[in-house]
Amino acid sequence: MQTKPTSNKAFGHDDLLEQESQLFASRPLIYLSLVAALLLNLVVSNNIVLSVRPDFVAVALLYWNIYQPRQSGMSLAFISGIIMDVVNASIMGQQALVYCTITFCALIFYRRLRMFNVFRQIPAILWILLLAQTVLLITGTLAGTYSSDWRILFTSLSGGLIWPFVAILLTRIRKQEINPDEL
Amino acid sequence: MYTSPRFFASGPSPLTRFFLYALLSVLLMIADKHTDQFSELRRVIGLAVSPLQKSAYAPFQFYHQLGQYLASFDLIEEIEQLKQEHLRNQHELYQLRTLANENRHLRALLGATEQSQFRTVLAEIMSTPRNPFNRKIVLNKGSSSGIREGHIVIDNLGVIGQVTRIYPLTAEVTLITDKGHTVPVKIARNAINTVISGAGRNHELELQFLSVNTDVQPGDLLVTSGIGGVYPPGLPVGRVTHIEHDKSMQFSRIICTPVAGVDRHRHVLVLIDLPPETTPSAEKTDLTDSHANQANQQ
Repeated sequence: MQTKPTSNKAFGHDDLLEQESQLFASRPLIYLSLVAALLLNLVVSNNIVLSVRPDFVAVALLYWNIYQPRQSGMSLAFISGIIMDVVNASIMGQQALVYCTITFCALIFYRRLRMFNVFRQIPAILWILLLAQTVLLITGTLAGTYSSDWRILFTSLSGGLIWPFVAILLTRIRKQEINPDEL
Repeated sequence: MYTSPRFFASGPSPLTRFFLYALLSVLLMIADKHTDQFSELRRVIGLAVSPLQKSAYAPFQFYHQLGQYLASFDLIEEIEQLKQEHLRNQHELYQLRTLANENRHLRALLGATEQSQFRTVLAEIMSTPRNPFNRKIVLNKGSSSGIREGHIVIDNLGVIGQVTRIYPLTAEVTLITDKGHTVPVKIARNAINTVISGAGRNHELELQFLSVNTDVQPGDLLVTSGIGGVYPPGLPVGRVTHIEHDKSMQFSRIICTPVAGVDRHRHVLVLIDLPPETTPSAEKTDLTDSHANQANQQ
């Protein structure tokens, strides 16, 4: 009974910090993290690793749309999707559609998702990534570029598992970037 | 009618924006599937991304170089072996050269068309696209090295695929296992001409539309037939592994495995066809173009 109010208070304080830090979201950091994610996506690997490797760009986009929805947005997702399409050698717009879906889910749920800590967010992230993979699979099958395979769902699973680490890392960098003296 | 003023001007709602962008991407997909208008845009983005690709690849290159330094002990032995092999091959090469000369001479006598000559470019597999079911790879050489769309990519064992998209510094190769990629082949044992197509899965090719009574056996080697003019004749493509006769079907289901190992090698050869010394037949170039386009669209 005693712990509840204190934790609530702590949460309120955190939330306040969150709100204030929103004013100081820096676009270069967002772009830089997306470029880093793209770099991770480009790393060479064999087929087994490839079928479990998460889509880092998707996870990074998800993070920014949940924690900084004002600074990122649909157009950023669309442009990174087009770039990923070129890298993936898929049809133009396929990945863009997937990333827009992710962004849409994030923009709808971000208030609710921020109520939980990063580990509690995993199931929701998992569902969003699973939906994204399904969109990818359906568009790919409709366009006739590849036959469907259930193993593709592993990537969303691994994406959900790396989510807390990405979120903690990016939050730490973001908080560090904000100069506390300015507040 | 009174509507409450909005506290924060945040533009259209997420749903509206999502619909707009989804519509845009779907239109883009349809346009890209049916036309060739975005190849320039692709080229520009590809060029912009290529430094990133190179830097993502750099640690692996460094690791391999390090490995080569450390493995110098094995190398001495390997060099010795290779020298012997080279000597043996040298002898065969001389024989081959005389045969080729003789062949050209005989062909000239017969008045047959000159077979096209090839120059090879050694390239490294730089990255495989993220989706493992998208059967494509990216090489670290592009149009600056003379590679063009439609060129054939092989390794030391056989055909890997065909260059389908070209950037200044990189090239995109569609593998023969890609769904919808077809190669004209013949069975090496009895020279039956047919067409082999990818199944869209790893290590799997399909021989379609061969009737049940065709003479095909497990273990048969399939080599390119040279029909169509895109693939030079005689390159190994696959080996028959599994034949399924279904009484109710007119055709038998024949599964093959590709001979070349894309997963195993880093180095591949791109065959660049030089224009034949004699008058090039217009028909042939035309065919090449149409094939390249076809592969491109697929």
